[in-house]
Amino acid sequence: MHPFALSRTDTPAHAVAEHARDPQLAFIAGGTDLLGLIKDRAAAPERLLDINGLSSLSRIDLGPDGRLRIGALARMSEVAAHRDVREQFPVIAEALLFSASGQLRNMASIGGNIMQRTRCPYFRDEDGLPCNKRRPGSGCSALHGLNRSHAIFGWSDDCIATNPSDLSVALAALDAHVIVLGPTGERSIPFTDFHRLPGDTPDRDTALERGELIVGIDVPASVEARASHYLKLRDRASYEFALVSAAAAVAVDRGRIRSVRLALGGVAHKPWRLTSAEAALRGAKLDDIGKLKSGIAASFKDARPLAHNGFKVELAQRVAVRALQIAGGRA
Amino acid sequence: MSAVTPLMSVTVTVNGRGCTLTVEPRTTLLEALREHLGLTGTKKACDRGECGACTVHVDGRRVLSCMALAAMQDGKQITTIEGLARDGVLHPMQAAFIEHDGFQCGFCTPGQIMSAVAAVEEAKAGSPSAATDDLTKSFTLADLSRAEIRERMSGNLCRCACYPNIVAAVAEAAGRS
Repeated sequence: MHPFALSRTDTPAHAVAEHARDPQLAFIAGGTDLLGLIKDRAAAPERLLDINGLSSLSRIDLGPDGRLRIGALARMSEVAAHRDVREQFPVIAEALLFSASGQLRNMASIGGNIMQRTRCPYFRDEDGLPCNKRRPGSGCSALHGLNRSHAIFGWSDDCIATNPSDLSVALAALDAHVIVLGPTGERSIPFTDFHRLPGDTPDRDTALERGELIVGIDVPASVEARASHYLKLRDRASYEFALVSAAAAVAVDRGRIRSVRLALGGVAHKPWRLTSAEAALRGAKLDDIGKLKSGIAASFKDARPLAHNGFKVELAQRVAVRALQIAGGRA
Repeated sequence: MSAVTPLMSVTVTVNGRGCTLTVEPRTTLLEALREHLGLTGTKKACDRGECGACTVHVDGRRVLSCMALAAMQDGKQITTIEGLARDGVLHPMQAAFIEHDGFQCGFCTPGQIMSAVAAVEEAKAGSPSAATDDLTKSFTLADLSRAEIRERMSGNLCRCACYPNIVAAVAEAAGRS
């Protein structure tokens, strides 16, 4: 690893001030993504600020209104094992348990999980192949390279990478908010606005500005959250990123869908909400497989597969149907 | 390239013994254990958090020492494979790996054993896994099926493919503990 300085901080306000004044500074919590990026020469911060001393950010609380607040420094394993998360927000517990490994889940923080960068092999390549996310203006090696694992929605000629976070797919489906502290105070970012589409600035993954620190994630209580499911398909049975995944949360009335929220992973630069499908599925009977398929197909009219990932268009629809059926079984 | 970064002092307890190390900020916990303390039981393989060979316990939890900075471990209790035996008697997990021939070349074995010891403790503490059918129920050691063990051990790769024997060893040690 290239050399860097390391210091600690004890207050969120100090962390924010340091980050705001120093463009070469990066926060480190679990370090499981950042250190990999530094080893792969895909990140080269000169200074790391260890934020693990911000103990107020480690809490997991269920509010009196049922709202879940997950502190940014809570570890993946702690959130996944949390009784309230397992009972009230199963899609979150499942997304976490299907991520990474036992060791990594003990280390990785929730804030870091939603900040993790793409697994596009060209972006991670140690020899530094052209990549607009890594070196703006250098080109996209994946566009005409091997792109089996890449996006089918929302990509640009500058970047076709996908977001690897399972948790983010669940949080997008549950209408969560990211709570961020900056130099002028806190702001709340709707989860679906937190990650960006690549456009012509794929080096920017999120809506965060310099000087901003994720302090937590708010997830509103809902009938849908209780009947929710995360389904992940991957090339290995475990310890692998998603090829395609789906988060489904549904409210059911006498066997018919009253409301549903669907998000896909592994298909875009951000968690991909299926808003057209959500509207089309309202009133559908959960056991009417034809209606579920046609409802979900409503969100695939703008799918644009690449040379090697055409299979994802069909696979993603099937994953969404199955996730919806399993979630419906919990209603 | 930035200027030379100042060395840092870190005090940790490793296998019950307190020690103070002087490390570069970029020194990983894995490198500190192997190169500063001579504890070469913990192995470096992928050095990217992908294989599990470097698994150790920090404050009782299994972590990957290749993805942790030594300078961030101040005040922590660290256990490596060298610290598992007690008074010359192997830990039940070590004994089970020998009994079930849970290795061939042995390179991944320290990481497998450290991971397995912690995985059994996690199961005892009621933590579910991706192989758990019903997340709303409390998990108990009696639920630790072969499928559960395979899932919970999936972060440790064995290129000799001793997986069936590793699973058998973990199952037996879990029953004994």
